Amino acid sequence: MAWLVVRLAISVSLLYAASAVFEDQVGKFDWRQQFIGKVRFALFDTHSQASKKLLVATDKNVFASLNSRTGDLFWRHVDKTGPEGHIDALLMYGQDAVVVVGNGRLLRSWETTVGGLKWETVLDTGSFQAAALVGVQDLVKYVAVLKKSAISLHDLSSGSQIWVENLPDSDSVQYQTIYSGGNGVVFVLGVVPNSHIVIVEYKIEDGEIMNKKSVEAVWMSSLESSCAVVSSGILLCVDQITQSLYTLPLQSAEQTEMRQIHLQMLDLEVVSGFRPVLTSTQPNPAQPPLSEFFLQLSPDHHILLQFIDGLIAPLRDFNPSYLAAFATSGERTVAAVMSPKNDTACSINLFSADTGRRHLDTTIIYHMDPNGGKPNRLYVHAFLKKDDSVGYRVMVQTEDLTLTFLQQPGRVVWMREEALADVVTMEMVDLPFTGTQAELEGEFGKKAAIQDGLLPMVLKRLSSQFILLQAWLAHLWKLFYDARKPHSSVKNDVTIDILSRDEFNLQKMMLMVTASGKLFGIDSKSGTILWKQYLENIQPNSVFKLIVQRTTAHFPHPPQCTLLIKNKDTGLGSLYVFNPIFGKKSQISVPALPRPVIQTLLLPVIDQDYAKVLLLIDDQYKVTAFPSTKNVLQQLQDTASSIFFYLVDSSQGKLSGFRLRKDLSTELIWEVVIPTEVQEIVAVKGKRANEHVHSQGRVMGDRSVLYKYLNPNLLAVITESTDTHQERSFVGIFLIDGVTGRIVHEAVQRKARGPVHFVHSENWVVYVYWNSKFRRNEFSVLELFEGAELYNSTVFSSLDRPYAPQVLQQSYIFPAPINTLEATLTEKGITSRHLLVGLPSGNILSLPKMFLDPRRPELVSEQSREENLIPYAPEMPIREEWFINYNQTVSRVRGIYTAPSGLESTCLVVAYGLDIYQTRVFPSKQFDVLKDDYDYILISSVLFGLFFATMISKRLAEVKLLNRAWR
Amino acid sequence: MATIRILSRILSVLSTVTLLWTQSGECNNGRRSGDAVDTDFSGFSVPLEHSFEVDDVPRFHLRGALQLRGGRENSVYLSQNQLSEKDRSTLKDVAAVDGLYRIRVPRVSLQVDRQTERQSEGYLTTFVRACSLVESHLSDVITLHTDVSGYIIGISIVTIPGSCRGIEVEDEVDLEVFNSTISVVAPVTAPAPETAPYIERMEQEMEKKGKNPQEQKSFFAKYWMYIVPLVLFLMMSGAQDQSGGGAGEIQFSVEVSSQL
Repeated sequence: MAWLVVRLAISVSLLYAASAVFEDQVGKFDWRQQFIGKVRFALFDTHSQASKKLLVATDKNVFASLNSRTGDLFWRHVDKTGPEGHIDALLMYGQDAVVVVGNGRLLRSWETTVGGLKWETVLDTGSFQAAALVGVQDLVKYVAVLKKSAISLHDLSSGSQIWVENLPDSDSVQYQTIYSGGNGVVFVLGVVPNSHIVIVEYKIEDGEIMNKKSVEAVWMSSLESSCAVVSSGILLCVDQITQSLYTLPLQSAEQTEMRQIHLQMLDLEVVSGFRPVLTSTQPNPAQPPLSEFFLQLSPDHHILLQFIDGLIAPLRDFNPSYLAAFATSGERTVAAVMSPKNDTACSINLFSADTGRRHLDTTIIYHMDPNGGKPNRLYVHAFLKKDDSVGYRVMVQTEDLTLTFLQQPGRVVWMREEALADVVTMEMVDLPFTGTQAELEGEFGKKAAIQDGLLPMVLKRLSSQFILLQAWLAHLWKLFYDARKPHSSVKNDVTIDILSRDEFNLQKMMLMVTASGKLFGIDSKSGTILWKQYLENIQPNSVFKLIVQRTTAHFPHPPQCTLLIKNKDTGLGSLYVFNPIFGKKSQISVPALPRPVIQTLLLPVIDQDYAKVLLLIDDQYKVTAFPSTKNVLQQLQDTASSIFFYLVDSSQGKLSGFRLRKDLSTELIWEVVIPTEVQEIVAVKGKRANEHVHSQGRVMGDRSVLYKYLNPNLLAVITESTDTHQERSFVGIFLIDGVTGRIVHEAVQRKARGPVHFVHSENWVVYVYWNSKFRRNEFSVLELFEGAELYNSTVFSSLDRPYAPQVLQQSYIFPAPINTLEATLTEKGITSRHLLVGLPSGNILSLPKMFLDPRRPELVSEQSREENLIPYAPEMPIREEWFINYNQTVSRVRGIYTAPSGLESTCLVVAYGLDIYQTRVFPSKQFDVLKDDYDYILISSVLFGLFFATMISKRLAEVKLLNRAWR
Repeated sequence: MATIRILSRILSVLSTVTLLWTQSGECNNGRRSGDAVDTDFSGFSVPLEHSFEVDDVPRFHLRGALQLRGGRENSVYLSQNQLSEKDRSTLKDVAAVDGLYRIRVPRVSLQVDRQTERQSEGYLTTFVRACSLVESHLSDVITLHTDVSGYIIGISIVTIPGSCRGIEVEDEVDLEVFNSTISVVAPVTAPAPETAPYIERMEQEMEKKGKNPQEQKSFFAKYWMYIVPLVLFLMMSGAQDQSGGGAGEIQFSVEVSSQL
């Protein structure tokens, strides 16, 4: 019977915690955006005229097909991260796309319409060098893959290996490229740097070496970057030191030396320090390449040249020109060249490749985003129009990873912001009030009243009331106007100007910082990008920290965010201050940071303009305040003795605490050293500053209260053992007070290994580790309690808490690997907490904190039932209805950000990784919101009914009384 | 000897949690160091230094000696000197300007066999507000924290009571002798998921069910006396309905025939 009760209790508790979305709620308050990353290869499907496919392979190991009309994804394949899934080459012929993956580990062929895998072959080991399609008699039948020491030929339709041959002298010769002109042989070109070139000729049928020769080339260091094959098998190389072009017919047996052609003879010169680039085109792999080619002489100088009968003739000089590319449609090959037009725009023109003549009316104007980067790749899609002229569209990729697809005469068909595939950090900022609300605020603002007299005040009030009336009328008109239109045609285009805070503050501005150094301001309701800003000269290994210094609450002062950009190697940092709503750079002068910044500290101290003070601590423990006005410095001096901060040096295992002195120098006050020979500090986390805890304690079954140990200065320090043996490895958990350096709790999870994910909030720490003995993921929860009475219930001071808290801990098995962990956050902290677990499958699990409660009893008792404790079960359940993103999986989820909304029940969630997903969660259901299907008519009719009933009965009673009085 | 008596008295006052901690830590440490050299029980001593200066620049000088004893039980004793007249007045001055009272110990390992490789790599420091030390009449609790291998990684000091209320401590005698409690805390072993007791409990439940045939009876077997009358009642009322339904059918057929 007891067991039945237990089961009942569990099922009831589960019922309570269930939080799935209904079918009709899909997409109502959530959205997902899918990204691909920086494009490395892009090929247009030229198989048929009407094809809309654009195949891309990216640095995020994504292979995808885009709709070239809309920019949407047709399909996407996300491979493993790291070198294992790296896409080495992408080749396309007809309906098939051949991809070499993982440094030549796998050869795959994809069907491009639906993205199905046709075949896959595991290749022999060896580092990948090059791949090429090989044609015989105008038919492309094979694909050749060149490895460091071998070449293999595979059938294009089945993937089966035709032959594999070892390359001669592969330990001394660096084989780098393959060339096949469709005449039954494959050339493999190798180089011995600064000595000679090796050309090996293989027969396609059986891989027999037909010919092998070496040609002297003392000046050459690498084939790949400086050579191309043009015309009917002529190897063409360029060298910037000798300022010459070199040619060599691949097939001729007699010529043993490359023919040198001085660039001077063509009146050309390579800019010093620039590596010239040769670009040739081979429209059909079964035929030799064209005899025309581009030579890039400087970053903005291209020239179209032609090779005829051993002579090189310039066809057209493009100076200046940023980018140039060939494209072929049918039998006609064209060249598109992007040249600067003015400061903000570029023009792209089409030229016929064989003559260099400009096609008329083919200009596309490309407007450069003033907040974006320079264009760095150009992909051209050429097609034949009905009148047999060549039309084209282009895709431009810029430094800030924006893909822009343009068509004539410069219309942007679509745009993708691929920088968002690598979000590093983010924040959510409240939107400002509308102009009218702001007006009201301004009326009662600080500058008002005092100087003005009575009359101006009255006038001001009247004018603001008038503005309010006007706004209300406009709003009514808009409602009326929208109501008349069919629902679908009501566009939800969001612009910054009309953005304003909604009733419950559910719509916010998402600030996203990406690894490429581009900042985005995104509307959290619709996912529309409202502003973007590309920060130039960001080192690729930079660390970002985003700080909200002033929120929107201080009208008329604009909100202010500060981004600290730190170079990981040198530690040198710089500050970028901007307005998070409009994305504009602030005019405030920022302090110069000549020394590496090692810690930042946002103080609750505000200056006269309501900006929170940011302290930056450099490697000599000097403190820089920002903003550093007199007012701030004065306040800092007054509060210096209560400003403490900590530093972590994980290389020495040292945690140290400092206190600010009045002269803004610092003094060391505590030190904890965890020997690095045994364990290494992997992560340190404090609590979130904006977190509120509503209840100080927990009511127990016997009606007594167990008070929580709510130390805002507590740090959770996670260490991992240096010994990785599965029996001896461990994970250490230290809870350290950040002010006094007191170790509040110290625990060791034996036979455990990282990666450790953890959340530190309220009075608990939840961490996930890998149990190396049982080979499973486990959750552990630590909760801290002060006990049955509080030491000092009014205020918490780390300096005055002599008694150590009680620590309770329990562990559970989690039947899935996890990527990231975060806890929900609400306005006042009344709502129960959930943990959001990002799973590698792309799902986000909303796990009630109730299941991670160290007070879950082994045996059910009356008291534990009273307290609503779920009986202990070692395994944590995963329920499909707990997935908050139903089927909208987030690929490679890397982080989850939670923010409170104006509604206590609602927490805003953004999960980011390769994709971005935004939704709302209601951990305790929507207790403060009426349901969507709330029956307004019933309740109001009942109300009115009762009202009239009372009126009538009152009247009747009066009549009756009157009658009685008369009797 | 006097200090030890005071020590024991305060230990009893100390919250049970600390005691539990210390004990479990000791157990844990003892278990691990079972293979360590047990012969050397003499222990060793390290200096405990303190610093309290009006200008707040730390200048550490000796407060006492910590007698550390590794091995099976990590025990520690503190023998310390009285505060001199000068020290007392300085301490009161520091307390008056809300200065800090700092202590430090060198980084050492409690494992005796590691003593040979011990080097003075630095100190572990911590602090307490001087005023709270004065107001608590030099009653402090010092805790040394060790890591799994017995290295001291941190030291903490708290005074009981810990607050600064600005009470004047007139009696010089109160500031003469430290009333210290000292303990060594080793990390506790975090619990792993308890599968074995859970399975055991499940089995017990099953067994209980098996033993008690009353429990095994199906729902119907247990409550048949209620169900049968209910079903009978329903059938009775249902029969009436059916008769009504039958009539409807007849009517319907009549309608159909009329249509035909």
